[in-house]
Amino acid sequence: MKVTICIGSSCHIKGSRSVVEQLQELVAENNLGDRVELSGTFCMGKCQQGVCVTVDDRFFSVSPETVKQFFETEVMAKL
Amino acid sequence: MRKFDTKVQYLKYKVLREVARQAWNDTLLENLISIPEIIVPGKTPTMRCCVYKERAILGEMVKLAIGGDKENPNVIEVIDIACDECPAAGYEITDSCRGCLAHRCEEVCPRGAITYDHNHTGHIDKEKCIECGKCASVCPYSAIVNRKRPCQNACKIKAIYINDENAASIDNDKCIECGACVYQCPFGAIMDKSYILDVIDMLKKSENGKNFKVYAVVAPSISSQFSYAKLGQVVSGLKKIGFHTVVEAALGADMVADAESRELAEKGFLTSSCCPAFVKYIKSAFPEMAEHISHNLSPMASISKYIKERHENAKVVFIGPCTAKKSEVKLETVKPYVDSAMTFEELQALFDSKDIDITALEEDVLNNASYYGRIFARSGGLSEAVEQGLRENGIDDFTLEACVCDGIEECRSALMKAKRNVLKANFIEGMACNGGCIGGAGCLTHGEKNKTQVDKYGREAMEKNISDAISVLK
Repeated sequence: MKVTICIGSSCHIKGSRSVVEQLQELVAENNLGDRVELSGTFCMGKCQQGVCVTVDDRFFSVSPETVKQFFETEVMAKL
Repeated sequence: MRKFDTKVQYLKYKVLREVARQAWNDTLLENLISIPEIIVPGKTPTMRCCVYKERAILGEMVKLAIGGDKENPNVIEVIDIACDECPAAGYEITDSCRGCLAHRCEEVCPRGAITYDHNHTGHIDKEKCIECGKCASVCPYSAIVNRKRPCQNACKIKAIYINDENAASIDNDKCIECGACVYQCPFGAIMDKSYILDVIDMLKKSENGKNFKVYAVVAPSISSQFSYAKLGQVVSGLKKIGFHTVVEAALGADMVADAESRELAEKGFLTSSCCPAFVKYIKSAFPEMAEHISHNLSPMASISKYIKERHENAKVVFIGPCTAKKSEVKLETVKPYVDSAMTFEELQALFDSKDIDITALEEDVLNNASYYGRIFARSGGLSEAVEQGLRENGIDDFTLEACVCDGIEECRSALMKAKRNVLKANFIEGMACNGGCIGGAGCLTHGEKNKTQVDKYGREAMEKNISDAISVLK
């Protein structure tokens, strides 16, 4: 599974660093390093909906507050 | 508010804007030879002796605006017919000499080069004169002048010579493509080649990101440019002309600061590798020092490499203050990551060629890099960032002793000392332009306030540390 987080300026201001860090921790905690690939991208063109995250080809709008729940329902549950 | 420092820049801008306008409209080929007449219409000359000469020179400028002489690898070229063949005789006594009794000039001359005629007026024997300038400094009437061509005066590494036709010529073996002569020639007879046609072609073929995405990587010195508008409006403008998004080269600078601090602690002595003109200077004038050049790619290339590795089919265009970057992007080590480089001057022309008034646009955001990455734009910033990099990497058994070289003359002096092992420093920060990148030839404006602007932009960064800024890249 490939999780891509937007690290472009607009998402960065909305907290994409925190989203990235939390996801890195969650992946490590759950030993999913070999099943979930985290990567960054500059701008998905949906700046209004940042922080923009895609799981494979599905788009999600995540914030530092909702990232935990997002991880459980959209990453863990779909593996 | 002023957009350019000089009318020479304004003229070059008009050429670039017109070339770009025709290119967007797909009419460049049919209108290429009419561009000089579009810029200087009618029969009245506006700059030179006659409109025909003006247009002939503009024709040469158009050639450079569409890429220049492909046979000449140098990105800087002299427009022979525009060169005014300025006096270059060196020290001369002018008619302000009053034929005084004191003869301080004669007394101070170490070579006895000054003689007097029957009117007691002084003359300098060119065979004897060593151009030390002492006579000029003691003359109470300021009657002694140093006639030096502005281009030769600007070129501190002496890459400009006068050819058999009395016009300026560039020695490609020495030239580091910093563009100092381009900015200083009062007749606009030296110009940097432009690759805006490549950029326009890329943007057109991308069809607003439908076919592939074009990323703009902008240098942090942009904070001192486009001062008539907000930085966020420049970002909006870039997206409006078709760039997918805008990324700070300063984020690449954060990457460099992190890697360079570790490399420095490991090797014990380094010279910076950010400034392409400085790197070229070491390779051509101090080849024995080349092994000490940091192995890091420049900030531009570092962040572009990151973009290219993660985004398939991405194209990257660097936008900065620098003419030498146009050459750096042709290096084998950089070519895979950056597709083209352009200057702020050229960006202004691109905006206006599409009649985009950036002051009317909403403000977009640009915020990836840290304070430290952003201050790379001015002299001393890189060293501060490397020092911070050492701190953040927990390297406490190595103390940075930086030699900050502001301008190529200081670079030369530091390299000379380092070569003889008498430099009291373990890191040479080399910036070819005075003041650092903010003094670059491709800047729209150069001024006292630019450094303050860069520091202010640095402080506005959301990320305060290098490691925080680059943590998302890993």
